[in-house]
Amino acid sequence: MKLYCLSGHPTLPCNILKFKSTTIMLDCGLDMTSTLNFLPLPLVQSPRLCNLPGWSLKDGNAFLDKELKECSGHVFVDSVPEFCLPETELIDLSTVDVILISNYHCMMALPYITEHTGFTGTVYATEPTVQIGRLLMEELVNFIERVPKAQSASLWKNKDIQRLLPSPLKDAVEVSTWRRCYTMQEVNSALSKIQLVGYSQKIELFGAVQVTPLSSGYALGSSNWIIQSHYEKVSYVSGSSLLTTHPQPMDQTSLKNSDVLVLTGLTQIPTANPDGMVGEFCSNLALTVRNGGNVLVPCYPSGVIYDLLECLYQYIDSAGLSSIPFYFISPVANSSLEFSQIFAEWLCHNKQSKVYLPEPPFPHAELIQTNKLKHYPSIHGDFSNDFRQPCVVFTGHPSLRFGDVVHFMELWGKSSLNTVIFTEPDFSYLEALAPYQPLAMKCIYCPIDTRLNFIQVSKLLKEVQPLHVVCPEQYTQPPPAQSHRMDLMIDCQPPPMSYRRAEVLALPFKRRYEKIEIMPELADSLVPMEIKPGISLATVSAVLHTKDNKHVLQPPPRPAQPTSGKKRKRVSDDVPDCQVLKPLLSGSIPVEQFVQTLEKHGFSDIKVEDTAKGHIVLLQEAETLIQIEEDSTHIICDNDEMLRVRLRDLVLKFLQKF
Amino acid sequence: MGAGQDVGRSCILVSIAGKNVMLDCGMHMGFNDDRRFPDFSYITQNGRLTDFLDCVIISHFHLDHCGALPYFSEMVGYDGPIYMTHPTQAICPILLEDYRKIAVDKKGEANFFTSQMIKDCMKKVVAVHLHQTVQVDDELEIKAYYAGHVLGAAMFQIKVGSESVVYTGDYNMTPDRHLGAAWVDKCRPSLLISESTYATTIRDSKRCRERDFLKKVHETVERGGKVLIPVFALGRAQELCILLETFWERMNLKVPIYFSTGLTEKANHYYKLFITWTNQKIRKTFVQRNMFEFKHIKAFDRAFADNPGPMVVFATPGMLHAGQSLQIFRKWAGNEKNMVIMPGYCVQGTVGHKILSGQRKLEMEGRQVLEVKMQVEYMSFSAHADAKGIMQLVGQAEPDSVLLVHGEAKKMEFLRQKIEQEFRVSCYMPANGETVTLPTSPSIPVGISLGLLKREMAQGLLPEAKKLRLLHGTLIMKDSSFRLVSSEQALKELGLAEHQLRFTCRVHLQDTRKEQEMALRVYSHLKSTLQGHCVQHLPDGSVTVESILIQAAAHSEDPGTKVLLVSWTYQDEELGSFLTALLKKGLPQTPS
Repeated sequence: MKLYCLSGHPTLPCNILKFKSTTIMLDCGLDMTSTLNFLPLPLVQSPRLCNLPGWSLKDGNAFLDKELKECSGHVFVDSVPEFCLPETELIDLSTVDVILISNYHCMMALPYITEHTGFTGTVYATEPTVQIGRLLMEELVNFIERVPKAQSASLWKNKDIQRLLPSPLKDAVEVSTWRRCYTMQEVNSALSKIQLVGYSQKIELFGAVQVTPLSSGYALGSSNWIIQSHYEKVSYVSGSSLLTTHPQPMDQTSLKNSDVLVLTGLTQIPTANPDGMVGEFCSNLALTVRNGGNVLVPCYPSGVIYDLLECLYQYIDSAGLSSIPFYFISPVANSSLEFSQIFAEWLCHNKQSKVYLPEPPFPHAELIQTNKLKHYPSIHGDFSNDFRQPCVVFTGHPSLRFGDVVHFMELWGKSSLNTVIFTEPDFSYLEALAPYQPLAMKCIYCPIDTRLNFIQVSKLLKEVQPLHVVCPEQYTQPPPAQSHRMDLMIDCQPPPMSYRRAEVLALPFKRRYEKIEIMPELADSLVPMEIKPGISLATVSAVLHTKDNKHVLQPPPRPAQPTSGKKRKRVSDDVPDCQVLKPLLSGSIPVEQFVQTLEKHGFSDIKVEDTAKGHIVLLQEAETLIQIEEDSTHIICDNDEMLRVRLRDLVLKFLQKF
Repeated sequence: MGAGQDVGRSCILVSIAGKNVMLDCGMHMGFNDDRRFPDFSYITQNGRLTDFLDCVIISHFHLDHCGALPYFSEMVGYDGPIYMTHPTQAICPILLEDYRKIAVDKKGEANFFTSQMIKDCMKKVVAVHLHQTVQVDDELEIKAYYAGHVLGAAMFQIKVGSESVVYTGDYNMTPDRHLGAAWVDKCRPSLLISESTYATTIRDSKRCRERDFLKKVHETVERGGKVLIPVFALGRAQELCILLETFWERMNLKVPIYFSTGLTEKANHYYKLFITWTNQKIRKTFVQRNMFEFKHIKAFDRAFADNPGPMVVFATPGMLHAGQSLQIFRKWAGNEKNMVIMPGYCVQGTVGHKILSGQRKLEMEGRQVLEVKMQVEYMSFSAHADAKGIMQLVGQAEPDSVLLVHGEAKKMEFLRQKIEQEFRVSCYMPANGETVTLPTSPSIPVGISLGLLKREMAQGLLPEAKKLRLLHGTLIMKDSSFRLVSSEQALKELGLAEHQLRFTCRVHLQDTRKEQEMALRVYSHLKSTLQGHCVQHLPDGSVTVESILIQAAAHSEDPGTKVLLVSWTYQDEELGSFLTALLKKGLPQTPS
């Protein structure tokens, strides 16, 4: 059993598990932090961005000034943003049988894998994961395609040139494999390969392995996976949460008794408490608006935004913000808000019972009805007519490199009345802001990451008791910025096995057993024998049938009737079939009793000699000699086959067959 | 306990591998006495139901499948789990409350279940997802499949070890305007319990029926008549509403369409929130246009019935046995311009059933006789599988046997024969109160040591292993764990030593040649005789056939005689004794 690690990003994993005869890809995360190295894609021409100076080497050589621009001491690639794909060379991806998706954030690399590697398998995911994942991809493609960029920089990727660049460009990994965004056609084709599954559904893979998604509590339809055979169990935990937000709570008990637990997707901000962050978010928002400023919230179109809207729903009246317009701008804003209301079965109990009334589970329905929340596909069109300030705008992309958020950064960045509040934890907010510097607007960092923190992890591990834990190497040491915080790492016994990008781990367990079915007719013919108290044995001779990785034992066929009357033509026809196995023997033969038995059966003239290890029984008349030792018996007998068979049967009486 | 050669009061008790599961808990619309609820004393006469039943499963929210549930759980007494899908759990209590109101408030029945009982009953419900495997206990698991009949309708697989039952509830094999088609995988259950409402009907194509329906409605309103469509609030009603709504829009009609009960809007809301349970098309387009937001269909007021001019009214209940649909029917029945369209099945004893069977003079309460002059039409819109659909489902699931319920005996008999002929499986159709016993012979799962299995499978791959091979091993039974291991491993695990039993025979041959030469001759003789066996000539001069050792030696006294020592173990006995016999016959003359 092996684990191939294709992504080094702990929250955007992509691993391949080889288990029994199956090759299973666990998640398909796309590392988008690579886009932070690029210049933002403005929706309307931005003179500021156009006029950034080209970057030149220390010696004044300016051959890269078309590709690289400098802004407040940082260097950016002026090109269509590119993403860092999972490793594609470590293992032949066309051999992947299935891909298991745990949540919609962890499937963003799917089109790259399913469309360009010869993949012919099936992808499994829950319905909300697929629907919202589709929205995220649609948004991404839309953001990038609607601002076509003529320039595609590639010179800087040259290894010899990259060495000369300032950090972080110098240290960027695998730049040669970075790829541009996929097209909608590729997205549709990739999504058509997904088969929908429900929580606790048992899915058979080739009869060899069973996979089951479990609720992970992190997002709508998010799941952990159990991969098991009858005797081995691997748990794959990815993006789980124990907080009560909108999704169904995490199923922990089903993770018990795992041989291996692969642990990914922990919180990226272990020191921040999500509840506190939400409070800070609300108060900063209120403060800015009250002072006449605008609030910009860079966000994904689904997920935490539902919780934020719910908080605001309860908060705005008491904070006197009822007249402030809230705008949600995304090509998929409407779809996201609509979809959130129809997944009752995937929601927490509270929200489920609302649907039974029947009422929409999320209060943003009411915010929309009362015109407090308005949503638009983009800043163009209706939005420009309705736009009133001061206001609050939720829009993407959280990297601040593309999407409508770029426009608002340019528009509001110069005034200190305005505030940008970062809630998504995926991007470093300082790096995200770098190409907009110098900025006058206030920046508030309230990352809300509901995924497991290290205290919760250690509780979880104590609870479910896996034999081995496997995790990204980042979790086995404190975060680099807080190297003294020994509590910010996984602590378990035995210590976790860690992996990094492009590594192959041999998982530490050996398979010993496999399930086989004994047909009822065969079972009836078995004769169990009690060997020790509570332990019975039965020897089994049967025909093995294997089909679709299922094994069945059937009774042996009746011996064929000897073909009488016909003369055998060849000696070889008569050669006994040595395939018929005889049982092993165990026990020992008490000499005296054996001799008595011999006498009873008409042997006379028996002589017994002692030897170093046992005895020799001589049947002088028959010229036969039997050596008896503790663990062996040797019958030396010439000529007389009948005699040999008689003696054999007498010996067997004292022995047990296995 | 119900639905045996009958439609209504669905309730089936299944005992499978020591587990008892009750499927559905319905009421009968044709009766007002004790017969309307199942007789739960069938389950157990002494003792509590909770102790006897492992779980109860409700297939969908129709009252003939869940109408007796509060009576069963609160009045008879059952505290175990009740499984149903989320939409069923949401809608079921509303229909139960409706049913209670009619029974208690209108008919004045005493000793009926109360609103509180409905609430308490629903607290015992555990909601299941489609395809989720629910572990009821360590051995019993259930799994829901999409059934399409109404919103949230499900078929259930009940499984214990290798034995399983699939219960279809009511299902529909053709997708309609708002729901998808039922689907089950090839799960090969020991028994498939299928409804058979339309056991003999093969319905013409859906499109024809829809066109027919629209034509009739259109003609009637054109000539100024009123159309009454008795429906149940949820299910068919929504499909017909979608149908009329799109037709009205296309034809630009202005004739009003009404929906009679206050439940409608709420019902449509359920459809909006549970849109994932509807068909593909509605699900795909719901963001742009929610099919359950109707423009042309308005709420009905009692006074509208006397309005002049044409109109179309959907009214509940669907079988004209009570309520608003019956009231409107009485008002409109006398006018031949009007039309009533029955879009679903009607139970015997209801007004619906009477007019469909051609009765035109109805005796109403208070000995009044109502003459029916209006046109009566029947349109099979009720979403049950027809004969073709039932056969299709049997083909999908590949059961070992089939049991038919929820249909009329005569029609079932026809279908039963058809199933037995086509699938060569036994098919049953018990009446209420009858028990069918099916013998099963489950195989026994054990763990086989991987070493043993791999060794066997590797040998199975060898080309010469075409003949049947026997796997030999030892089954160790300790407590409840059964493991099949190689004999060597069994001995080792139990701390026992192997006892080797060996035989040696001396074969005397007349030969003056040297021992080495003798051995070589033995080797070539055996090599040519025993094809397919491993014959080897070892450097020390001995010959082996598989594990049998043959050594040539000089005779101590007679130089003209050589002795062959043949030695083998008990495990190779047949071959050993065969070789001895073979060698005794002497060696063939070497060709000179």
